[in-house]
Amino acid sequence: MADNPIRKKMPPEKLAFDYLKPNILQLKISGDWQLSAGLPLVSEVINQLDSHAEIKEVCFVVSEDFKWDSAFISFLFKLRELSGQKNIQIAPQGLPPQAEKLFKLMPAQAKKILQSRITEEPFLDSIGSRVIGVKDSTLSVLDFLGDIILAFKRFACGKAFFRKDDFFVIVQRCGADALGLVSLITVLVGVILAFIGAIQLKMFGAQIYIADIVGIAMVRVMGAIMTAVLMSGRTGASFAAELGIMQANEEIDALKTLGISPTEFLVMPRVLALVIMMPLLTLYANLMGIVGGFTVSVTVLGLNPIEYFNHTVAAVKLSNLWLGLVHSFVFGIIIAIAGCYRGMKCERSSVGVGEATTSAVVTSITAIVIATAVITFVCQIIGI
Amino acid sequence: MEAVIEVKNIDLAYEDLVVMRGLNFKINKGEIFIIMGGSGCGKSTLLKTMIGLNPPQEGKVLYNGSSFWDEDEGRRQNVMRRFGVLYQGGALWSSLTLRENVALPLQLYSNLSALQIQDLVLLKLGLVGLSEYADFYPAELSGGMKKRAGLARAIALDPDIIFFDEPSAGLDPLSAKMLDDLILDLRDNLGTTIVVVTHELASIFAVGDNAILLDADTRAAIAQGSPKDLLANSKDPRVIKFLTRGEKQGAG
Repeated sequence: MADNPIRKKMPPEKLAFDYLKPNILQLKISGDWQLSAGLPLVSEVINQLDSHAEIKEVCFVVSEDFKWDSAFISFLFKLRELSGQKNIQIAPQGLPPQAEKLFKLMPAQAKKILQSRITEEPFLDSIGSRVIGVKDSTLSVLDFLGDIILAFKRFACGKAFFRKDDFFVIVQRCGADALGLVSLITVLVGVILAFIGAIQLKMFGAQIYIADIVGIAMVRVMGAIMTAVLMSGRTGASFAAELGIMQANEEIDALKTLGISPTEFLVMPRVLALVIMMPLLTLYANLMGIVGGFTVSVTVLGLNPIEYFNHTVAAVKLSNLWLGLVHSFVFGIIIAIAGCYRGMKCERSSVGVGEATTSAVVTSITAIVIATAVITFVCQIIGI
Repeated sequence: MEAVIEVKNIDLAYEDLVVMRGLNFKINKGEIFIIMGGSGCGKSTLLKTMIGLNPPQEGKVLYNGSSFWDEDEGRRQNVMRRFGVLYQGGALWSSLTLRENVALPLQLYSNLSALQIQDLVLLKLGLVGLSEYADFYPAELSGGMKKRAGLARAIALDPDIIFFDEPSAGLDPLSAKMLDDLILDLRDNLGTTIVVVTHELASIFAVGDNAILLDADTRAAIAQGSPKDLLANSKDPRVIKFLTRGEKQGAG
């Protein structure tokens, strides 16, 4: 609980005790008993009751300057609960009429507080739940992939139901709208590659090979990876948030009750749009990376521009280009499916939408790195 | 009667779209005042202006005689601290339990210890019949329970004025009646001034001391007074039509 910096110690004169008869404790109440002023602790009264076992009743007298609000009522509520355990009666007659009325309205005793169903699990239980969770989520992912494959099958047969206008809007958002960001980042990646290459190659007088390093690295894998990382943060997260909010607003339920497959209507256009746009963005990113490397090499490192261009053309093989495009195609599928899956499985709350968005980005980037490792390993084996 | 809220010549607009023109009314201390009208007539827009979310295009909102929108941000915040607002869906913070939702304003603005805050939270939740659910999250509650929990949060700081935005919307008749009874209890027991935005006729007649009827077509208030008096005495067919769900067309 946050400490309130303005909390003050209670002045003791707000609450005084008097013993009218041996078995009646009178609470003399004065001053400000409002939320903003603070209250004495009920335990001060209880201590009095503990030290005078003969007391059977607590009554009140209030001064003219007495100010109160519901904070005072909560004090009475607690006092009644604790004194009730000692079979001591509370006589509210001396309270202000409104407070007496509220006191009488208070429930006879505090109700038992139910346990939330969202509870913390014991350690071993949580491990068990996680193992079961992995199995369930694997089945759920496979189910989702199956739905997407069926949706694409219906699309191939011309039977899929989705709005073409929506599809083109998604294409624009994952394609043209991302060009600025992709340009900035991939130009800088080209610049960085050129500078790093120059450090080593300068020692051998072979700086012209910067063109080879930048060209091959960008076209073979770096262009695709950088584009994929950007798109998972930009588009994958946006897919998860959009679908998550639709889930929270019951829009997806509305589609289902109309007999429209949400996978066909919402997921398939997003997957299709990203799978089409990722290779195109990657081609653009490759070009921008090479431009970045070229600019630094010519203007800062003093290389001959024509020689640099010729080296790049000679070094970058068509196989490198195809490999980059394969990477981008796979990454497009990963990002779109991760974003849509997390959005469709989102919990119906603002926290759920936040978690879906985060997990879409984390899942995409992890899967992108794993996919890159697998593709690189396979290429090594088959000698590409 | 002492007017705690006075709305003077208010024009409401969303950019160029004028929603309501020339509104004038007063709300007295301890009164339950209803802002009523059909869907889209500007009821919620007026409420947002009264609680400090949307400035008016023209005119003034006076609280205890001071012009709310002419104050600087700090003073306006101080006035707003005396409001409680129950939003349509409860607007509970979903990552917090009910106990934490109600405790948050108390932690910020009261001078009570952590234990006293917990006692007070249980009292407030008890007043709306939810003390058993103190450790539940909003997602685990029904719509009516969320609204009652929202009310417990709205009354956490013993506000002078409580605003209700469509309190009965989406509730079953018994839950709506329970919320109406809570509104009456708050006024009768704590003397709180209450402003209710609604178009639910049952609630309007059950709790309303005074009311204003907004009309989307004329973008103005077309009637003011006690709902029962308006039904009995109004000669305006639009008023009669609204208050009888269109079953009587009125004198016109």
